[in-house]
Amino acid sequence: MKNALTIILLLASNFVQAQNEVEMADTMRANGKIYVIVGIVVIILTGMVAYLYLLDRKITKLEKEIGNQTK
Amino acid sequence: MKNWLKVAGVLLLLYTHTGGLLFDVPRLNILNETIRALYFHVPMWFGMILLYGFSIFHAIRYLRNPAVESDTRSVEFAHVGTAFGILGMLTGMLWARYTWGAFWHGDPKHSGAAITLLVYLAYFVLRGSLENQEQRARLGAVYNVFAFAAMIPLIFIIPRLQSSMHPGSGGNPGFNAYDLDASMRIVFYPAVIGWFLIGYWIADLRIRLKNVQNRLIQS
Repeated sequence: MKNALTIILLLASNFVQAQNEVEMADTMRANGKIYVIVGIVVIILTGMVAYLYLLDRKITKLEKEIGNQTK
Repeated sequence: MKNWLKVAGVLLLLYTHTGGLLFDVPRLNILNETIRALYFHVPMWFGMILLYGFSIFHAIRYLRNPAVESDTRSVEFAHVGTAFGILGMLTGMLWARYTWGAFWHGDPKHSGAAITLLVYLAYFVLRGSLENQEQRARLGAVYNVFAFAAMIPLIFIIPRLQSSMHPGSGGNPGFNAYDLDASMRIVFYPAVIGWFLIGYWIADLRIRLKNVQNRLIQS
């Protein structure tokens, strides 16, 4: 069982090495520009979450108001 | 919904959006950097399935004990689930355009997902066509059970019986180490959990808003 696993892993590592020539965005990362994209994505995500948070607060307020009314 | 769950969802998403773009990924021809789309495209479908799961759960609860609250929960989970499904479809089409060559291929998984979305859209049409609240809730709940039951063969079974360009076809994807590299799992699973939590949060907001609305109508 263990031997089989080693063989599979060895084969897998060979496979990965054989594919090292594949073109990836290495230059972009070297120039540091990938972080610009990361920054943009994170800004949008934070904006969306902030929006959700504000909506949540608004609904909580509504719930409280309606709770007082029906009492 | 507990506040710490919302915070956890947000943190997981921040992690996956940075890690998903920066961490090393397997170098594969044709896919190139688009392999990272896995972190964003697939969680949409996982999220959809989980949200639909909650929807059918509340539909069955409604059928056992007809409370308006269960009906509201069932609809809103289905609503957010459908939104996730549409996003999954659009992201998948864009990804397919640049790796497989065209937006649409009629791949079994494409067709299955499209039919699933149509089945769920019919759920909203059915609900919208009924005036009486009780009737709408009961028929909606029954149809919801059918819709979920239809989704399982459409997404999980039929695509695996046929050859498909999606990974995991013609076998069990759970046992295929090649499909999902170990280095990708550390981002992929948090992404699934994070997106699901955000979806649950949105559904929770919609449910609470609907409850407020219902109370206003009653008083």
